[in-house]
Amino acid sequence: MALPAYTTTGQRIGWYSFLFYCGLVFFFLIAPIFIILPLSFSASPFFEFTREFMNLEPEAWSLRWYRQMVGISSIGDTTVVTDKWMLGTRNSFIIGIAATFLATALGTVAALGLSRPHMPFKGTIMAILISPMIVPLIITAAGMFFFYSKVGLTHSYLGLILAHTALGTPFVVITVTATLTGFDTNLIRASQSLGADTMRTFFKVIMPLILPGVISGGLFAFITSFDEVVVVMFVGSVEQITIPKQMWAGLRQETSPVILCMATCLVALSIALLTTVELLRRRSERLRGIKLRN
Amino acid sequence: MNDVTAGSILTTDGIPLKVSLQKSERRNKIRAFLLVLPLLVFILVTFLIPIGDMLFRSVDDSYINTVFPKTFEKYKKWDRQGLPSEELYKTMFFEVKEGSGFSIGKATTRMNYAKSGWKSLLKKSKRKFKKIEEGPYKEQMIAIDKRWGDIEYWKAIGVMVDPRTAGYYLNAVDLKYNVDKEVVRQKENRRIYNHTWFKTFKVSVLVMVFCLMLGYPIAYLLSTLPLKYSNLLMICVLLPFWTSLLVRTVAWMVMLQQKGVFNNLLVMAHIIADENRFKLMYNETATIIVMTQILLPFMVLPLYSVMKTISPNYMRAALNLGASPLHAFWKVYMPNSVPGISAGCMLVFILAIGYYITPELVGGKDGQMIGNWIAYHLKTTLNWGLCAALGAILLGVMTALYWVYNKLVGIENIKLG
Repeated sequence: MALPAYTTTGQRIGWYSFLFYCGLVFFFLIAPIFIILPLSFSASPFFEFTREFMNLEPEAWSLRWYRQMVGISSIGDTTVVTDKWMLGTRNSFIIGIAATFLATALGTVAALGLSRPHMPFKGTIMAILISPMIVPLIITAAGMFFFYSKVGLTHSYLGLILAHTALGTPFVVITVTATLTGFDTNLIRASQSLGADTMRTFFKVIMPLILPGVISGGLFAFITSFDEVVVVMFVGSVEQITIPKQMWAGLRQETSPVILCMATCLVALSIALLTTVELLRRRSERLRGIKLRN
Repeated sequence: MNDVTAGSILTTDGIPLKVSLQKSERRNKIRAFLLVLPLLVFILVTFLIPIGDMLFRSVDDSYINTVFPKTFEKYKKWDRQGLPSEELYKTMFFEVKEGSGFSIGKATTRMNYAKSGWKSLLKKSKRKFKKIEEGPYKEQMIAIDKRWGDIEYWKAIGVMVDPRTAGYYLNAVDLKYNVDKEVVRQKENRRIYNHTWFKTFKVSVLVMVFCLMLGYPIAYLLSTLPLKYSNLLMICVLLPFWTSLLVRTVAWMVMLQQKGVFNNLLVMAHIIADENRFKLMYNETATIIVMTQILLPFMVLPLYSVMKTISPNYMRAALNLGASPLHAFWKVYMPNSVPGISAGCMLVFILAIGYYITPELVGGKDGQMIGNWIAYHLKTTLNWGLCAALGAILLGVMTALYWVYNKLVGIENIKLG
């Protein structure tokens, strides 16, 4: 932003130091995430930048931790196969995808109800539906641990999926409700007056318009499940390894650089998801005729 | 509809319009509610009932009553002056002798909270009682272990007779019942929770203040920059929001440890000597730094959405009327952004007081918060009553704040990016 010609030197200094301060804050936000990317290619078994690594010496750079992540690692001449990370990836995707579908379906329908003008007790119901996002995870995990073990849902995929669905629904409700604000209800009346029944109206008129919001909400729900570790630790069994659980174990016990490789993959995943959501948000705002941000 | 007055408007079916409208509105209400119902039931069953069930544990003391039902029944008649009668000894004797080892073991853990020593006493007695065939039991029991003759042990049972107890809540704030069921302070070396509560609030307030200090300027910048720049910078705020919590925690471990990036840079720049590296990891400082970065997006987003609505003309007008930029900011812009400040601070504080993962990984001994104690009692000591009581207090504080937040901002106004 260019400063007007009449600004005094003092104001200029003030403005540029403000920009500098903001730059530092953005650096503080972003730098830690990107610092791990190069380090995951280091040959060193510790989380540190060695002198050789900084001087770009070829032997200090390696893909060995990535090889270990996908299950191939060699100690001396023998090749050891550790499949914990891949097992974790598989479990994370199974639980994440199942929870996402459930959360999206339940959340979208609820958001449709909440956006109706006649909804009774709207505030209270909304507060209840959002609560899984606000209650500390450790309390949620404790509650689920006691209750799910009573009804025999611990140590099962079903238990984890239900738990993660509960944690993911607030995001779907929030994003879909946001998409529905400013939704032109005349479109529904038009469709119904032309002879479409409720289901047809929903799939042919409402759904295409709110789809961007539904997908964003689903992606939020997915990343919530994909990143969740506390509930998995208490409700899941020892063998039910997910990516975050394995990272947690890695950080507490063996501190292996494989964690950095997985972290790099997860950063790539979050960049992909963020881009998708941003594109969808803009599309949704364009569709609804709302001016873009700014 | 006999009482319809002649003047009211009728629909084509002959029903008064008012009635018909009410009917249709009620139908709409029911329809809207039916759409929400599946999720409401789902959240109730998978989330709210489990939490309610856990909270019940914080006052529940009924298990011990099911292990020694007869003893506890007779106990109520004891006058608490001098040792109990042979009768009570006899009942206790048989319930210990004939009770299953498992349930007695479980009960003694509870009895030990009331008076330490019960566990070893009952374990020993359970083994030795087998040899005793006939009464009188009182003398034989005291002969086995003289603690049976100690009135303090008998008095301690009184704390557990009531199937509802406030004992766990007392424990959670460093108080306890003594054997006469009077509230007293915990012993000096066992007072840990008040300190932890204080620390949890201190860390949360500090994190909130730092988030505001860092978040306010960048939210201002984002809301004033032209769209093409602000969208790019917005990505910088949203990316951490989307990145796994554990990934960010790992990243901070790389940054802050003794041989980490931050210390290395300082040593390379000759600002500090190699042997004077800062201890930034595994302490309270680490908890605060890392939580600030993790929660910063939750401050920036509400601030941004409020600042977006403040017209730049206000500032221009103030400047035009002769205010200095700082004065104009303080008197015009700041008051307009207060809703954003309160929303952001509230959200950050609410999320911060319940944090568990980050303090556990980077906090060391010094940086532990109340969430870590809940986890500790849940999986290590198995003192689930205390675990639930700590959780209930935390949840109570959160609910109060959440309610205020709802009044202040409206829960439906939460935005995600």
